[in-house]
Amino acid sequence: MNAFGMVIVGAGETGARAAEQLREQGWTGKITLVGKEKEAPYERPPLSKAALLAEETPTPVYVAREERLGELNVDWIAGSVAVRIDRSAHAVHLEDGRAVPYERLLLATGASPRRLAMEGADLSGALCLRTFADALAIRERLVPGNRVLIVGAGFIGLEVAASARERGCEVTVLEVGPRILMRVLPPEIAAIVEERHRRAGIAFKLGTGIVGAAREGAWHAIKLADGEVLRGDTLIVGIGAAPETALAAESGLAIDNGIAADERLATSDPDIFAAGDCCSFPHRLYGGRRFRLEAWRNAVDQGIHAAKSMLGETAPYEAVPWFWSDQYDLTLQVAGLSHDATSTATRQSAGNTIVFHQDGAGRLLAASGVGAPSLAKDIRVSEMLIARQAVLDPAKLADPDVKLKSLLAD
Amino acid sequence: MADWVAACAADDIEEEDVIRFDHEGRSFAIYRSEDSDYYATDGFCTHERVHLADGLVMGAVIECPKHNGRFDYTSGKAKKTPACVDLRTYPVKVEAGTVYIQVD
Ligand SMILES: Cc1cc2nc3c(=O)[nH]c(=O)nc-3n(C[C@H](O)[C@H](O)[C@H](O)COP(=O)(O)OP(=O)(O)OC[C@H]3O[C@@H](n4cnc5c(N)ncnc54)[C@H](O)[C@@H]3O)c2cc1C
Ligand code: FES
Repeated sequence: MNAFGMVIVGAGETGARAAEQLREQGWTGKITLVGKEKEAPYERPPLSKAALLAEETPTPVYVAREERLGELNVDWIAGSVAVRIDRSAHAVHLEDGRAVPYERLLLATGASPRRLAMEGADLSGALCLRTFADALAIRERLVPGNRVLIVGAGFIGLEVAASARERGCEVTVLEVGPRILMRVLPPEIAAIVEERHRRAGIAFKLGTGIVGAAREGAWHAIKLADGEVLRGDTLIVGIGAAPETALAAESGLAIDNGIAADERLATSDPDIFAAGDCCSFPHRLYGGRRFRLEAWRNAVDQGIHAAKSMLGETAPYEAVPWFWSDQYDLTLQVAGLSHDATSTATRQSAGNTIVFHQDGAGRLLAASGVGAPSLAKDIRVSEMLIARQAVLDPAKLADPDVKLKSLLAD
Repeated sequence: MADWVAACAADDIEEEDVIRFDHEGRSFAIYRSEDSDYYATDGFCTHERVHLADGLVMGAVIECPKHNGRFDYTSGKAKKTPACVDLRTYPVKVEAGTVYIQVD
């Protein structure tokens, strides 16, 4: 099957890892990596952290530099958008009219930030954060004394808030939900994070929707549902991201909160695979329930897994989801998914707080923690317990004198 | 001549665990095995600059917290990708409840 080669659309975290892995697995045929961005594949997590804090103009942290792609003999087509898949002819059509034939195709198109949709509001100048160019534009606005309005108290909004504050800006975070990190973290953990932000001087407006937005000269004015009007000279929107499914949908692939993949990461077309932020997949550990993740480790691991599946391996993808965030001196880590949890147990030790999420049978589904980087050890043990579907005594989970590691032996 | 430097108290480290020790601009990881033998390696992973003291110790293995690369901390040998460059190790001795490492 050497003739047409492997084609990857999307030169981000997942696409780059997949290309590397295809070579690691011994694929000697052609590999083509098509990417909309002109930069070689780079890491996104630093964009809301180190890149915003850098004293000097930052450079991207690359996943694979151009030279590396050359070494791997990957044909990288930069700054090019794939617009159509001709499934019967096995070819991807690019914006510039080129057609790239494929034997197997990987869609690693990621996600794009959701924008504020508001009738009549001139939101030109509202910034969002997904690309390195976005990070440079935001960084330029983070000068001491600048008044920054951030819409959305999810991970990216809060990381940007922390970075902006560290650079001396006056920061207000607006959130329509009743508390921060509503979708992803239990209230005990979110409260610790919120308190840390307040201590740093961040102002929060929680539980209030935005009813209007306008430009007043250089100012952004945001009108809240309770009538209050907030003004700032920078408006940053972090209200989540939508999977990039247009290419897949247009070519008739099944879509279900992302490009629908099976447990091997194959789409509804057996020669087309999907991985990373753009896809949803069923997870064995959670009863085959379908999830779409936006997390760095998942992007890496799915890129690697999809490469193997493209080469014919049949193993299911069943890594325990893992996510981290850094805000000020706080590290947050989450292993597993808590959607089906019915109870929690909280462990406090050495300044770290971990909430364990269990189902009705006592099975550990997820662990969410906040604290110092040393938290990583307990979250890693939790991840192993989750992978084993361990049934655990909540009293032991909550007791800091019981070593988590000892539960692995049970 | 290489110097012995006091790094920590022997019971600052739990069994099968690791802590960080910084000395004269360098950073080390000091390990205590299940049998309370002590070892020392460079503090940062050889893959990226991530401190191993935040990683999990399992038997004679330290797992890097960033990409789960693994090393045998008794020999420094890289055991699992993406870690593929060995870690440097340092001689360790315990005297009167204090852990010393020999740095050069
Ligand atoms: C600011 C920020 C901070 C983050 N911080 C963390 C963190 O702390 N911890 C964590 O776990 N995760 C974090 N993440 C999430 C993590 O970075 C993503 O999960 C990961 O980048 C997803 O990789 P991906 O390859 O699926 O998508 P992406 O990295 O987005 O790559 C997709 C690429 O495909 C390109 N593309 C899309 N459509 C086409 C097309 N039709 N033709 C050609 N190219 C196309 C896009 O331009 C893009 O370059 C963060 C994300 C952001 C944005
Ligand atoms: S930084 Fe240690 S394995 Fe990558």
